[in-house]
Amino acid sequence: MNFSLEGRTYVVMGVANKRSIAWGIAQSLHNAGARLVFTYANERFEKPVRDLAATLDRDDSLFYECDVTSDEAIEQTFENIKNDVGVIHGLAHCIAFAKREELSGEFLNTSREGFALAQDISAFSLAAIARSAKDLMTEGGSILTLTYLGGERVVENYNVMGVAKASLDATMRYLANDLGKYGVRVNAISAGPIRTVSAKGVGDFNAILKEIEERSPLRKPVTKEEVGDTAYFLMSDLSRGVTGEIIHVDSGYNIMGY
Amino acid sequence: MADVFNRVKEIIVERLDVDEAKVTKEASFKDDLEADSLDVVELVMELEDEFDMEISDEDAEKIQTVGDAVDYINSDQ
Repeated sequence: MNFSLEGRTYVVMGVANKRSIAWGIAQSLHNAGARLVFTYANERFEKPVRDLAATLDRDDSLFYECDVTSDEAIEQTFENIKNDVGVIHGLAHCIAFAKREELSGEFLNTSREGFALAQDISAFSLAAIARSAKDLMTEGGSILTLTYLGGERVVENYNVMGVAKASLDATMRYLANDLGKYGVRVNAISAGPIRTVSAKGVGDFNAILKEIEERSPLRKPVTKEEVGDTAYFLMSDLSRGVTGEIIHVDSGYNIMGY
Repeated sequence: MADVFNRVKEIIVERLDVDEAKVTKEASFKDDLEADSLDVVELVMELEDEFDMEISDEDAEKIQTVGDAVDYINSDQ
């Protein structure tokens, strides 16, 4: 069994800035020796991603634009990655989107368009990406996505994104079954709330964070480094028997009934 | 008070990659400093960290110019 990720290549999708959970994952995989491939949604994110990657002490990271709302763009991105690196060993899908105005108030008011948009970017994209990425995982692989408790239970203001996360969780399980025969595992990390720009889009986020600090078994908020290390576990051989699973990295908050 | 302005200015210059001279109290984040909505959220979070404070969603929406941000921080300190 090999704890190191040296000689392996991992794709990290969705780094927006230094606070991104995706960046925490990238750092943990890097520290374990992995080579990283970053994808970003559009040119707005290119410089931030490149600047962050430049802080890592290796210079063989690769960067690709990938608009996950387009099947052609996804196929092209992975074609490009295949041409440049050949084999990948894992992929972290850290992508979600919903209209900000639908992340507060009542779910009842969700629009048809907003619902479809959240599903498309936050859940379907995992399936579309897995389809293209599996061809590069010729030595087996591990696909990881980021979900949230709001997909299992009702979390105030999370609304349309909660429903998208429920869909993402199911997508993850069906993919795990489809891809298992290729030696590809698919799992999700359900992270507790972390101060990211995405989280700030959810109404009254500071209150949610305070609740975790006061009521979770560990009595502290989760860090992106803690999520990153669980991602490292899921990308490594240590987790070789684990697929279709949601691992909660949330200071234990999800077990609480009061 | 001037100190707050300079600290805010430093954060804006770094975050938005803009010329220091453009960061005046009257400068609007969106129009003059070309910040998109994500930039504004990032800036608010940087300011929260720098000044160890919480800026509520409602208050953040009212911050349109550099001066608004400085005044808000001064009123909180």
